Amino acid sequence: MTLRFDLPEDNFADILVRAFTNRSFLTGFVITALVAAVAIVSFFWTPFDVTRLIIADKTQAPSPAHWFGTDHFGRDIFSMIMVGARNSIAVALVAVGIGMGVGVPLGALAAARGGIVDEAVMRLNDLVFAFPALLSAIMITAIFGPGALNAIIAIGIFNIPVFARVARAGALAIWPREFILAARAAGKGKALITVEHVLPNIVTLLLVQGTIQFALGILAEAGLSYVGLGTQPPMPSWGRMLFDAQTRMGVAPWMAIFPGMAIVVTVLGLNLLGDGIADILDPKSRRQR
Amino acid sequence: MSLLEIEKLSLTIGDTPILRDVELSVAPGEVTGLVGESGSGKSITALTVMRLLPWAARASGRVAFDGIDILAASEDQMCALRGDDIGMVFQEPMTALNPVKTIGEQVAEGIRWHTRASRADAEDRARKMLDRVGLPPAQVPLSRYPHELSGGQRQRVVIAIACALKPKLLIADEPTTALDVVLQAQILDLLRDLVAENRMGLLLISHDLAVVTEMAERITILRHGEVMEAGDTARTLSEQLHPYTRQLAQASMHVPARATTHEVGQDNPQLQVAKPLLQGARPLLQVESVTRDYPGRRKSLLKRAAPTRAVDDVSFSIDPGQSVALVGRSGCGKSTLARMVLALDGPTSGTIRFRGEVITGKSEAELKPARRDMQVVFQDPYGSFDPRQKVEKLVAEPLHVLEKKPTDAERREMVAKALHDVGLGPRDMDKYPHEFSGGQRQRLSIARAIITRPKLVVADEPVSALDVSIRAQILDLFAELNQTLGVAYLFITHDLTVARAITDQVMIMHAGKIVERGRTSEVLDHPQSEAAKSLVAAAPDLHRAIARRLQEQG
Amino acid sequence: MTAYLLKRLAIALITLVLASMVVFAVLEIIPGDPARLMLGMNASADQVELLRNQMGLNAPLAARYLHWAGGLLSLDFGRSYTYSVPVIDLIRERIVVSLPLALIALALSTIIAIPVGLFSAGRHGQAGDTIAMGAAQLGVAVPNFWFALMLIYLFAVWLRLVPAGGFPGWSAGVWPALKSLVLPAIALALPQAAILARVTRSAMIDVLSEDYIRTARAKGLPYRAVLWRHALRNAMIPVLTILGLQFAFLLAGTIIIENVFYLPGLGRLVFQAITQRDLIVVESVVMLLVAAVIAVNLLVDLSYAVVDPRLRSRQ
Repeated sequence: MTLRFDLPEDNFADILVRAFTNRSFLTGFVITALVAAVAIVSFFWTPFDVTRLIIADKTQAPSPAHWFGTDHFGRDIFSMIMVGARNSIAVALVAVGIGMGVGVPLGALAAARGGIVDEAVMRLNDLVFAFPALLSAIMITAIFGPGALNAIIAIGIFNIPVFARVARAGALAIWPREFILAARAAGKGKALITVEHVLPNIVTLLLVQGTIQFALGILAEAGLSYVGLGTQPPMPSWGRMLFDAQTRMGVAPWMAIFPGMAIVVTVLGLNLLGDGIADILDPKSRRQR
Repeated sequence: MSLLEIEKLSLTIGDTPILRDVELSVAPGEVTGLVGESGSGKSITALTVMRLLPWAARASGRVAFDGIDILAASEDQMCALRGDDIGMVFQEPMTALNPVKTIGEQVAEGIRWHTRASRADAEDRARKMLDRVGLPPAQVPLSRYPHELSGGQRQRVVIAIACALKPKLLIADEPTTALDVVLQAQILDLLRDLVAENRMGLLLISHDLAVVTEMAERITILRHGEVMEAGDTARTLSEQLHPYTRQLAQASMHVPARATTHEVGQDNPQLQVAKPLLQGARPLLQVESVTRDYPGRRKSLLKRAAPTRAVDDVSFSIDPGQSVALVGRSGCGKSTLARMVLALDGPTSGTIRFRGEVITGKSEAELKPARRDMQVVFQDPYGSFDPRQKVEKLVAEPLHVLEKKPTDAERREMVAKALHDVGLGPRDMDKYPHEFSGGQRQRLSIARAIITRPKLVVADEPVSALDVSIRAQILDLFAELNQTLGVAYLFITHDLTVARAITDQVMIMHAGKIVERGRTSEVLDHPQSEAAKSLVAAAPDLHRAIARRLQEQG
Repeated sequence: MTAYLLKRLAIALITLVLASMVVFAVLEIIPGDPARLMLGMNASADQVELLRNQMGLNAPLAARYLHWAGGLLSLDFGRSYTYSVPVIDLIRERIVVSLPLALIALALSTIIAIPVGLFSAGRHGQAGDTIAMGAAQLGVAVPNFWFALMLIYLFAVWLRLVPAGGFPGWSAGVWPALKSLVLPAIALALPQAAILARVTRSAMIDVLSEDYIRTARAKGLPYRAVLWRHALRNAMIPVLTILGLQFAFLLAGTIIIENVFYLPGLGRLVFQAITQRDLIVVESVVMLLVAAVIAVNLLVDLSYAVVDPRLRSRQ
């Protein structure tokens, strides 16, 4: 068989065309942009003030005034979801940044050096992977105290081995290629080759993994806040709203339904975005979870 | 009556036309060759006969096998035909077998499926079939897994699977392209014997005109999905009536015009190594008793297998401007040797001198001056460029070793000059490698190699991935640059035609050692060592094949 | 084969030892004195000092680590500060809730996901595939504790089919006990099943484009037979990897889910212990969970060797 289906790899116009004809990407992009826009708008405007408690309005069902109803303190749930969005995004985004910032150099180093360095990085990865992520996040926040900052650190630490592994696997697939050999024959060292040739070729993988970890980060932040270890009241957060809703399921189910939907929609959007990016830039890329 | 009859076969995949009005026939006991360059549609033709096409493919016309209308047959009918009456052999032996099943299971599977034989009977027949294809039980028991076999052995297993039920028709799609010439000759012999034994029809698909001429009585030449010419092999190729046939044949036998300025040792090739020293000219490259061991596989935590010796006490030298071929079978150590010459790998013992200076055991910084004068061209025109960079950056890569970093303007000028040298224009600088064809990419590869005006270029199978017509052009380019720039070549190849076309001297490598060295024509016409003899005997040669066919027919 | 197994075993042991050091170290640096915590704020400094000596808290760090690690090996985890019973008894009491829960969830997830993944791969690009993968895409996005709340609302509050929470204990009979585990298991399993189905599908699709699949088709095997005989086993390799990872997810997931359903399991125990600063319990349960994860990963490594003959002969 000499069939070759070489796809153009880096033509910007082609990529744009493929992006706008890819259903996953478009849907994901629109949802993500919408959530981001809501988060930004919440800094300037929300339908109601989420810091003011109006007990008289407590647990009202959804109505034209309160689209998603009110909670047990009479706060507007729609407004709280808007403010909660910026917390979720901030925590997850910084955690992805920590994971990438530390994990990618580690993974690239392991692939470039091999031998004992590689072994050490991999064992370190095994070690972190041995701790169920959420359990350890709970431990860390419990030790250093609950709060958004510690939640970020906890989630970030567990992003490190994920990115290290993806970067290493991607880089290991690049290193034996002939163009790397050509660069070595041109006298370039491993660090320079990593920067010039290896990293640009694994950017797609990292981007896709980034959206996945972003989505997982939002889930993790919600989980931590739900058990009381993430974002602290009175700052509204999606996880905390669900905790408050739990004991009021019988009287005010909307308190649980809408924040949960916010999480689902955001995570769904990010995952679709990731799938879309993978399809567009690299149809054969493998995704890891 | 024909066994396989293809009439007016047209095929599209999506909106792309792939085949147009293809006509082809194979008679029992006959070998029909299907020749074409890449993209000619020869593999798709084979898959059409097997009805193993991609989902989006739409075929029209008539394909009749043994009276059965293949295009109209039900999937059940096709399953009954495949593997029983029609067998198929594929190009890539390394990936054609399931890695998690034993070869015994894989050969017996088709037998059990079609004959409903018991497991023991099927295994018995599988055993006999493996014996027949040259894999005796002592060497290759049924319980072996594919990864425990070599490429040649795996291809024999694939042939055993295809021929296990003595099919009436065997389709072999580039069955030897991934193998070296000696293995190729063995596999072709095996196929020829199987055809004779069972009066099997063979449809042999290949890009290699010489291989097809040696094997096939009749030939069909395909280009862009259309039949250019078809008929008796000897007549078609000796008369060369169709212009495309003539073009293909000439490209296959192409020898670039070269002035033989570096044939210094004409009187006695054995003296050649010493001669430059007598003349006072320093050799460009001196390899002195170089050995390279690879550590053995770890058998347990403490035990390791004995190390494998890839290169074993090799010494040779190359003069300035000389073109030398390093020829050997796959796995003989030639690529390892090339990597050491390029200082990409260090020898276990021995020294390598370049322009008189030792380059072994040096740091990357110390190697910079040497790297300026030493460049490389790789085999794979697709894999040897970073897909994310533009041509300007890719071709300029070796400028990294220059002492003084060129300015952007200087750099663009140097790249433009290098592109001009290889027949490309300055506008190509701003393109990405995927915008070029295979042949153009190999030109880029050469441009990258000569941009620093090196004294030595190491080329690792630089034309073996190219179609014949492109190959001829690239060989011409190498010859031309040898003349104009005075650059010396170390050509690594398993293909003797390439060696003959472009080199003054040839070294034959076998099992890590250089077993023969001499003037190219001398060695190829009168090989002395066993290794050289088997390489020469196995190499397909179009001249010889046509002559033999004509002779047979009287 | 043995070399591969020995290497994996060695790695598992090293990871376990390192993990125990990390757990020990992390809890060492926790602010707060356990002796002071046990005796309360009114105790005198002498009393605290006495208890510290009794608890071995004044011994050198290495000695304390070795003593603790040695205890772990003989299943002597020490005594809980708050409950004043041996930790092993607490664990024994709680594990009969958590382990069945995790196993039921894992089984449920596998039983749902693998057929769906195979179904989708077999109909790659067709309507059935699109619907199944759309559902999976949604499933991946659902947080399990929210899903749990919705399940409670639907089945316990509305339909009153199952209890909303709590655990009657196995002594109350197998059926009532199982009944109270059904919703938590579903809540844990479905999001994991969505992930597993996606992985199964893409692994199958990757394998189906391999050359040896074409070889098998050229033998005359119908597509379905090729799927079962050749593709499935090769596709199991990435699926096994994910199964191993999911076990860790499920263990962590139990912590939150047990809180949602008020199940007296290990997760709830460790969570309560954290809030009560009962370090010895936290240490022990975390070590137990980590050991379980390492053991499962080792099991996955071993199953690779069963599935893939290349691993058996390589280093």
